[in-house]
Amino acid sequence: MFSFAQRFAAEWLEGLGKLSILAKEAIGSLFAMRLSFKDFLYQLYFIGVKSQSVVVVTGAFTGMVLCAQTYFQFHKVKMDDATLAVVSVSMCSELGPVLTALMVTARVGAAMAAEIGTMKVTEQIDALRTLATHPVDYLVVPRLLASLISLPLLTAESVIIGIVAGYLVGVFLLGIDPAYAYYNMRRYTADVDLAIGLIKSFIFGGLLALIGCYKGMTCGEGAEGVGRATTEAVVYASISILICNFFLTLTLTELLKYL
Amino acid sequence: MIEVRNLKKAFRGNTILDGVSFRVESGESVVIIGRSGGGKSVLLKHLIALLMPDAGQVLIDGEDLCCLNERQLLRVRRKFGMLFQGAALFDSLTVAENVAFALNRERKMSAQDVRRKVGEVLEMVELSGTEEKKPSELSGGMRKRVGLARAIIYQPQIVLYDEPTTGLDPVVSDSIDQLILRVRDALKVTTVVVTHDMRSARRLGQRIMMLHDKRIYVTGTPDEIFGSADPVVHRFVNGISVPKEHYF
Repeated sequence: MFSFAQRFAAEWLEGLGKLSILAKEAIGSLFAMRLSFKDFLYQLYFIGVKSQSVVVVTGAFTGMVLCAQTYFQFHKVKMDDATLAVVSVSMCSELGPVLTALMVTARVGAAMAAEIGTMKVTEQIDALRTLATHPVDYLVVPRLLASLISLPLLTAESVIIGIVAGYLVGVFLLGIDPAYAYYNMRRYTADVDLAIGLIKSFIFGGLLALIGCYKGMTCGEGAEGVGRATTEAVVYASISILICNFFLTLTLTELLKYL
Repeated sequence: MIEVRNLKKAFRGNTILDGVSFRVESGESVVIIGRSGGGKSVLLKHLIALLMPDAGQVLIDGEDLCCLNERQLLRVRRKFGMLFQGAALFDSLTVAENVAFALNRERKMSAQDVRRKVGEVLEMVELSGTEEKKPSELSGGMRKRVGLARAIIYQPQIVLYDEPTTGLDPVVSDSIDQLILRVRDALKVTTVVVTHDMRSARRLGQRIMMLHDKRIYVTGTPDEIFGSADPVVHRFVNGISVPKEHYF
């Protein structure tokens, strides 16, 4: 049991170390402008544009159910008018960035791991190296940059859709007074809440892209290796996002409270 | 010039290469033969630093690859072109994009010059008109030709071939052999071919090295190797199995 735990910890630390090296290499490459603009645009389209339907649906239904559930509880203590304030703050700082990142991870992180993993098992990554191209420059940097840019934009979209959907459900379905609901929502939602959400989404974008690419580049042999890399990319990225979210909430709230 | 000194490599405790040493002069054409799974491709990948040795040295024009990091290796790899066993074409790119890959990454030529250059090398490998096709639309032989075009477009000094005729019918194999010879003569490149196709080995090699028992077992001209009385060499080049290998 002890040796198993020791091996698990060693493997986990090794993975974390390699991921850090990949991040350092990618960031160095990004600043050295070794990026292909065409590849970056394609990734921006794939990650940013093609993820919109998933993000819009997730944002809308999360806002709607959050509004309904909050109303059911608040109604008991005659606080109906505060419902949309809860929806707004939750969507901006927690649910918007986290759920957007999780949905994009499921869609894009898995695709990154599968695509790069397949390239590895079919020797395409070796071919890149023989053509004097660093795999990080060609494969990781465009995905990382596109993800860093896309995630805050997708999160903003998800937050807006979620709040609007919550407002519509609250006002037209549950009968909340629109003037008070809007007033309270504006009153209790600070700029800091939105800033926290956007900063989080930027960090989550980096995490999901790096983990997806890392899992692809280190995947095992054959179809089984690619399948495992894909699964691990989604699982590890999702867990990392959820764990990071807790610490980011504490840190960012403390850091930004003076703004 | 390629020089390998006492190269050793093991994967998970399983030794594949154990003290391999040889030298390939500039402009020379060398074929490495040996049993399947004997470490030929592993050896070839060491020459271009796709794999790093556990011990020993690989020197390219006197520069030890083991002392270089991945970015420094990119400079050395510009001297090389490599044709992979499965061609390893980028399946999301067209034939023209595959062939032009290195030139497009370098960004030193205009788009028009790149297009012209792609046309020239595709003509050389007899694949004119396939520019807009995807690798999935090509046959095995065509894929290898595209792989070769991609490897030679930037005029490397050394071209490595990993099993260039494996999985191809005899006619296509012959055309690939002819193409390798044409590239060698036209571009005056150093050629290292890994194969267990004896017909190709005889035709392509000015010198043949046999990898056996994790080392270079014998080196010689094609006539010396194919006329060898050594039982290991004789059995291999004539395709004769030893009695214990008769399973059925």
